[in-house]
Amino acid sequence: MAVDEKLKIELGKQGILVTTLQELYNWGRRNSVWPMQFGLACCAIEMIATTMARYDMARFGAEVFRPSPRQADLMIISGTVTKKMAPQVVRLYNQMAEPKYVIAMGACAISGGPFKQGYNVLKGIDRYIPVDVHIPGCPPRPEALLQAFITLQKKIDDQRLTGEQRPPHLDEKAQGEFPVPKYGEHDLEPSSNPGVWPVPITIR
Amino acid sequence: MKSVEEIQSAIQAAVPGAQVEIVPNGSPSGQHSLLLDAQHAVAVAKFLRDDGELELDYLSNATGVDWLDKEITEKVKVTRTITKTVDGVEQPVEETVEETRKHVQPGYLEAVYHLYSMAKKHGPVVLRMRTGNRTDQVELPSLTPIWRSAELQEREIFDLFGIIFTGHPDLRRILMWDGFKDHPMRRDYVEPDDFEYEPTAHDEVLARAQAHRAAQQGSAGAGAQTTAGAER
Repeated sequence: MAVDEKLKIELGKQGILVTTLQELYNWGRRNSVWPMQFGLACCAIEMIATTMARYDMARFGAEVFRPSPRQADLMIISGTVTKKMAPQVVRLYNQMAEPKYVIAMGACAISGGPFKQGYNVLKGIDRYIPVDVHIPGCPPRPEALLQAFITLQKKIDDQRLTGEQRPPHLDEKAQGEFPVPKYGEHDLEPSSNPGVWPVPITIR
Repeated sequence: MKSVEEIQSAIQAAVPGAQVEIVPNGSPSGQHSLLLDAQHAVAVAKFLRDDGELELDYLSNATGVDWLDKEITEKVKVTRTITKTVDGVEQPVEETVEETRKHVQPGYLEAVYHLYSMAKKHGPVVLRMRTGNRTDQVELPSLTPIWRSAELQEREIFDLFGIIFTGHPDLRRILMWDGFKDHPMRRDYVEPDDFEYEPTAHDEVLARAQAHRAAQQGSAGAGAQTTAGAER
C-alpha cells in the first residue's frame, strides 16, 4: 500500500481518512456478500440455522438471502448434489452476476461424501464450477460455515484490482460461463469440466 | 389377524383361479409372504382391501428385489442296471450311483408389498409378485389402482429395477433422468468409471481401481511406467 499503516492510524485519530480505491472497493464487497437462497440437502438446515438469531450471519453483512441468482454474490452449495441436480446448479451459477463466489458446504458437496461410490451423486461440485472455500463436515456446524464465510471475506479483501491476480470479473479473458453437463445414457456428459477440475493423478 | 394359510385359502375361495403360494420366512419374525400370480394380482389385491375381515387399507411400502440366475448343484442318487459277472455268470445287477447335476434356475425380478389395516389395526401382510425373467418379460400388474400410495414407489421400482407396471397411471423415472438407460439397483449394474481412487483403496474398491488403471494404461499405450506389482 502506498500509505503506511501507522501513519494511517495516526491520521485516523485526527479525523482524516486515507484509503485506496482498492481497499474501499473490497471493503464494500466483502461486507455485502449476499448468498443465494437455495439448499440441496441436510446441510441447508445448518445454513438456515447460521442465518438465525443464535449464529446471526447478518453480523457479516450476509443477512439477505436472494431468491434470484441475478441478485446473489455467493452460492452456498449446501448438501448433496445429485447428478440430476448438477446441471441446474451449474446453470444457476452461470446466471449469477460477477463477482461471484462459491462455498461448497459439507462432505457431499466437496467430494460426494458417503455417496461417493454410488451411482447418482456427483463426486464434488468442484468438477463443474470453481469453488472458493470447501468446508468438510457432515453436516458442518454453523460455526464452520461462519469460518468459511470469514475465510471468503479475507479472500475478497486480498484481491488486487489489477495485475495477474485480479478477480475474474475484472479479467476480460477469464471464463465467465461454464459448460452445463448434459444427461447422458449412463452418466453426465462430460463427467467433469476439464478446465475446472483436472483428474487427480495418484502418486505412489 | 388371520394366519397366512387362512388368508391364502380365503383368497382362493374369493378369487377363482388365483394361484397363491406361501413364501416361508425362516427368521424368528416369521413374516411369511404370499406369492401372487400376475394375472390375478389386481383381483386379489382388491379382495384384500375390501374384505370385511382383512380390510388391508394401507400399503406402507413397496419395493423390489433382483434375483440373479442361480446355478444349483445337487447330488442325485440314480439307480441303473449294469451287467456284472456274479459267480461266473453274467447277469444284470441294479446299482445305485450318486450323480452331481447342475441346472440353472433362471433369475427374476420381484416386487414386494407390505400391507397393513388402519381400520382393524393389524398387519403386515406381505405380497410378492415375480416377473418371468430379468430381460424381456419384466411386466407386472400395477397395484396403484387399488392402493394409491403405490404410485411413487412403483415408479421408483421401475426406475431402479426395471419392472414395468402395466396399468400404472404415470410410469416415468423418478430418481434418475428420462434419458437414463440403466437400472442401478440391479445386481449386475456397472456404474460409470468416474471415481477418483484414493491411494489406499482396498477390497472391492481396490479391484475396481486396478481395472480402472489397467484400462487407462491400455488407452495411454505401452509407455506407462507403472508395473502391476506397484498396485499394492
